[in-house]
Amino acid sequence: MAKFGKKKKGMPAVNTAALPDIVFMLLFFFMVTTTMRETDLKLENPRLPNATEVKKLEHKSLVSTIYIGKSKDAARHGTGFNRIQLNDKIATAEDVPAFIINERSKVSEAEVPFMTTSIKADKESNVGTIIDIRLKLRDVNALKISYSASKGSDN
Amino acid sequence: MARRENPEINAGSMADIAFLLLIFFLVTTTMNVDSGVSKKLSEKPPEDYVPPIIKEKNIFEVNINRDNDLLVEGDRMDIRDLREAAIAFIDNGAGDGKIDEGEPTGPCNYCQGEKSLSSSDHPNKAIISVQSDRGTEYGTYLKVQNELIRAYSVLRNRLSKERYGIPFPELEESYKDDRNNLTLKKKVEDIKRSYPEIISDAEPTSN
Repeated sequence: MAKFGKKKKGMPAVNTAALPDIVFMLLFFFMVTTTMRETDLKLENPRLPNATEVKKLEHKSLVSTIYIGKSKDAARHGTGFNRIQLNDKIATAEDVPAFIINERSKVSEAEVPFMTTSIKADKESNVGTIIDIRLKLRDVNALKISYSASKGSDN
Repeated sequence: MARRENPEINAGSMADIAFLLLIFFLVTTTMNVDSGVSKKLSEKPPEDYVPPIIKEKNIFEVNINRDNDLLVEGDRMDIRDLREAAIAFIDNGAGDGKIDEGEPTGPCNYCQGEKSLSSSDHPNKAIISVQSDRGTEYGTYLKVQNELIRAYSVLRNRLSKERYGIPFPELEESYKDDRNNLTLKKKVEDIKRSYPEIISDAEPTSN
């Protein structure tokens, strides 16, 4: 009955040698998919409107983003939803052409016509602000725009 | 003297280190893919530009006031009915199309609308004009734009299924994968030309 004698040793520990491998696999996945935010927002994160006819923006390097929303610093900029952020400063619509020209200088000339301006505006901001920006964009011939929205419908 | 059978480096804490890194990346990751409603602005008109005269019936007027209410062709409308109304307008097809590169496009033979005389002549003549107030909320404005674009995609989709047997998004997708395929290109352009997206933004009202 030697068989029964052996059982006395108790349960062997679960082999966890493969655990680091699994964890590393996950780690690499997240490392690869992570995109760090380049500019820190001076505005509160805009609550994007919902839309169904959204298109994915391709070629991140060709996209320049304009944020519109409520300033985090209410004492300086008020509580309206119409503050504009370019790069990492609060700006006005007047500064948009300079911003676009600066963005253009970062890419090669052949790619300039494919540049897109993404407008990330809060739901509650006013159309007037958007239109001011749009007129400025038209002045500098930045005609491709994308109104940032999340996919889905809310009605 | 400690005598060991097989001395190993203790790798037990490796998992802890990896977990730590994993959690860091989990927290910092933003998985949002940038997506949005794309639009092409019209070019700046020259100084001496005279806008062409467009018949009243070929314009579909959408007004959004500062309280985010909709006025469509002079009547109040709920945003849920906007798409249907836009489809009816675009797809009306009462008359001849515009002259495209010296070639008249003739009557719209793929339209399934009512052919009402008081509505648009042809999809390529039908213009949707959106006028909003400066105080209109952006969310509402984009919802309206979205409904209008959706009206076009419904029509394009229908035509694409009729002519080529596959939905338009799929057709476009397969063209994107194979840019050199001329037959696909022709099909995509044919659909787009049949229902061109003409949504114009009128100067906003302000007070």
